[in-house]
Amino acid sequence: MKAITAKVEPVPKKPASRFWPKFLEQKYLYMMSVPFVLWAFVFNYLPLWGWTMAFQKYKPGKSFFEQKWVGLKYFKELFQDEQFFNALRNTLAMSIMGLLAGFIIPIIFAVLLNELRLMFLKRFVQTVSYLPHFVSWVVAAGIITKMLSTDNGAVNDLLMSLHLISEPIQFMAKGNMFWGIVTASDVWKETGWNTIIYLAAISGIGPELYEAARVDGASRLQQVRNITLPGIRTTIVILLIISIGHLISIGFEKQFLLGNNLVRDYSQTLDLYALNYGLGMGRFSFGTAINIFNSVVSVILLFVANGIFKKITKESII
Amino acid sequence: MLNNKLATASWSDRIFDLVVYVAITVVTIATLYPFLNVLAISFNDSTDSIKGGITVFPRVFTFKNYETIFAYSGLMTGLKISVLRTVIGTILGLVSASMLAFTLSRVDFQARKLVSTFLALTMYVSGGLIPFYILIKNLHMMGTFGVYVLPGLVSAFNVFVIRSFIDGLPYALQESAKLDGANDFTIYWRVILPLTKPALATIALFLAVGQWNAWFDTYLYNGSKDGLTTLQFELMKVIQSTTTNADNFRGRNMTEVMAQISPESVKMAITIVVTVPILVIYPFLQRYFVKGMTLGSVKS
Repeated sequence: MKAITAKVEPVPKKPASRFWPKFLEQKYLYMMSVPFVLWAFVFNYLPLWGWTMAFQKYKPGKSFFEQKWVGLKYFKELFQDEQFFNALRNTLAMSIMGLLAGFIIPIIFAVLLNELRLMFLKRFVQTVSYLPHFVSWVVAAGIITKMLSTDNGAVNDLLMSLHLISEPIQFMAKGNMFWGIVTASDVWKETGWNTIIYLAAISGIGPELYEAARVDGASRLQQVRNITLPGIRTTIVILLIISIGHLISIGFEKQFLLGNNLVRDYSQTLDLYALNYGLGMGRFSFGTAINIFNSVVSVILLFVANGIFKKITKESII
Repeated sequence: MLNNKLATASWSDRIFDLVVYVAITVVTIATLYPFLNVLAISFNDSTDSIKGGITVFPRVFTFKNYETIFAYSGLMTGLKISVLRTVIGTILGLVSASMLAFTLSRVDFQARKLVSTFLALTMYVSGGLIPFYILIKNLHMMGTFGVYVLPGLVSAFNVFVIRSFIDGLPYALQESAKLDGANDFTIYWRVILPLTKPALATIALFLAVGQWNAWFDTYLYNGSKDGLTTLQFELMKVIQSTTTNADNFRGRNMTEVMAQISPESVKMAITIVVTVPILVIYPFLQRYFVKGMTLGSVKS
């Protein structure tokens, strides 16, 4: 965003008569951009117009002018609904857990990978670790459910053979485990992929630093602590801030696919709540109110994160 | 003194190395094993699988699971629709992204700033699920193939990735083509597109993987349309029906379930069918995605 706005320099004002000849001259440029701009308007901006539904008693099939306006009725209903606070709690819990795990573990993994001395092994591990990123959440959820199943699931088999448990745990049926399962699934799927940026940052650290440290007799662990980690500090801070900006927009995909009725009190995020209680029951106005709440909060978070980001990057430039 | 220091250092280094190798091994196994396990079960006799104990090799090898799932017509339709949406969605997405990127890279383009800001904003505004659903409904796109490829046609992110690549090309190329009398479309088609191939390849893979892996649009708009369901959706249906009932299958209807091929085996076989295309293009994915990822991160 920053790079985009920074790049556009102000167009000097020209007399109006110059516009049309230039317009004709650039007709192909217009033909190649305007249709897509209109397209983006329809599918990206028009839904915002749909926000009016939250302030109406929306009935499908009626025109906009025939709808009855009800003011903040649906927002009041929303803030009195226990389910809403439950969904908000679940969203926040899973996004914070996901933020922490998805932030710390890739850093550790990147540092570990960087310490592998055998290049072919490093490449092999990288190749394997990217794989889950490319499969869909449907496939991932299927695999994870199988691994956690009570019927010969790998996790239960392993725990049983280590005598850590005496009978299989019904992972997918335990509400209090759901947040952890979602977080762990995310870690399983995305850790390898998320290391790419850190590995790129680590490869930017000058080898002479490690050389000097070795001459001074620093151990490998000391090198990690005093060279590698400080070397990628800026990357770490930037990525942390970006992920704070996306905190609440965790969506519903994982929760939809991994969840079931038994764990609903823990799996229902705001988006799923809108899906189940808005769309599923035909309460479009109520569901739109949920969507508005979600969008507004995420935009606020994005702006806050962006503000912090600007402040910090400015400081680091000066 | 110095010798002593070096000796302890190498000692701790050895422990350090051990920790690194153990941790890396555990992570690698944890990532790879589930895939191998699913693969093994999908090729194992379904009655035998229920006994458990299958790890990375099938015990009683069979193609029966695959024969059974391919005999189910929904899977073939799903395969056809998934391939179609991937091919068409990727082509349309490439055309829109490359054209927009080209016009945005032209510093002399009058509407450049306007279009650029307009697109950038789409990355931050979102109406949410229900307004979007109502829009699709009002456009009469429910129950059509178009709903897979049309709504997401313009992606600002893809446009900006390609534009940053075009910006890296010498501008003189465009100017000299212009002097030779080429119009803007010819410049795009003959000069820019051939040079932009690496960026296009990256974006094509982004689009293709996204299309192939999409399932929610089918669920939302075309779930009851038999001829329009995708492979991911078919897999989702199987998984959803077995996760919630997984425990009911134990004991209660065991004989009934065991009489046919078990839902577990069906699930594993479909999972493999859905994953294989990703594996086939995986070498390309790795090459271009990693590049695209670093390119995108540097830019933003």
